[in-house]
Amino acid sequence: MPDSAPSQSASSGVIGDGLSAGWPICLGYLPIGLALGVLGRNAGLDPWQIGLMSVLVFAGSAQFIAVGMLSAGAAPATIIATVGMVNLRHLLMSSALSVPLRGAGRSFLALFAYGVTDESFAVNATRFRQGGWDRRRALVVNQVANLTWIVATVAGGVLGGFLSSGVGGIDYALPAMFICLLVYQLRSRLHLLTALLAGGLAVAWALWVPGNSHVMVAAVVATTLGFFLGRRRRER
Amino acid sequence: MKGSSYLWLLVGMGLVTYLPRWLPLQVLARRRLPLWLEEWLGLIPVAILSALLAPSLLLGGTPRVLDLGRPELWVALPTLLFAWKTRSLAGTVLFGMGLFWLVTTRF
Repeated sequence: MPDSAPSQSASSGVIGDGLSAGWPICLGYLPIGLALGVLGRNAGLDPWQIGLMSVLVFAGSAQFIAVGMLSAGAAPATIIATVGMVNLRHLLMSSALSVPLRGAGRSFLALFAYGVTDESFAVNATRFRQGGWDRRRALVVNQVANLTWIVATVAGGVLGGFLSSGVGGIDYALPAMFICLLVYQLRSRLHLLTALLAGGLAVAWALWVPGNSHVMVAAVVATTLGFFLGRRRRER
Repeated sequence: MKGSSYLWLLVGMGLVTYLPRWLPLQVLARRRLPLWLEEWLGLIPVAILSALLAPSLLLGGTPRVLDLGRPELWVALPTLLFAWKTRSLAGTVLFGMGLFWLVTTRF
């Protein structure tokens, strides 16, 4: 929890706004982080080793894959290469966030980059679009998500198999958040069309190609098609 | 796994995780982009959201197969409608969780 040093009225607004935008991420990270901690424990990792991974590698799905490969005895180079592939999609997300973050200092960008995940991107990209959002609030979203993730993964490692997910539908926190953010993003027929294209392409690609390259491929192709459709419509 | 080799593994994983997040920000956020690129990047969020969401609702199993009977999908439809009508993030998340909990515990 943020401590309240004197003269914090402005920044407590920032933190409050960040928390009220980021809490669904935190809720959704709890069961996933706990599950990762349990898996890490089963793969022979100590809770502190799991926590260190969440600090140095803040990347949910890549961590699941890495833990799986560790317990299968894969070589470190193979694990690193796989993690790199899985995380390439963030190239695209950081590129899109560079527009609202224009003019930020180098050290801010270096810190911000650490917390760019699917979930924080979804929240921040949508909030920036809606307005009333700035880089400090966006950074709060990144950091509370990261903190929750670290705590949840370590707790999973400590508590081991005591926990079962499924309590109160918590497994649906992230899908529901993504659904609502998607609705926010559907601002025009062009956006709707792009979303339908991206969803259809992603499903088709994911059926044929294992892994998660479908996110990047579908997003780039659908965005490019949507971009040219939008241009043509305006020229007419 | 031994302490030091595990640490090196984490450092390597950390680098390949961090670099794709940092490079575009460092290169693109420090300059004015051409209008067409901004326009293109403006469509990226909706495309990524949809590309993340659709397979998670429609596909199941390993290897993945199309599965139209998953509770994730059937809960998504009323949740989408709820989000559309209320425009409330908190409400949508709670609605979706509650419905998912009902569906997965009752059937």
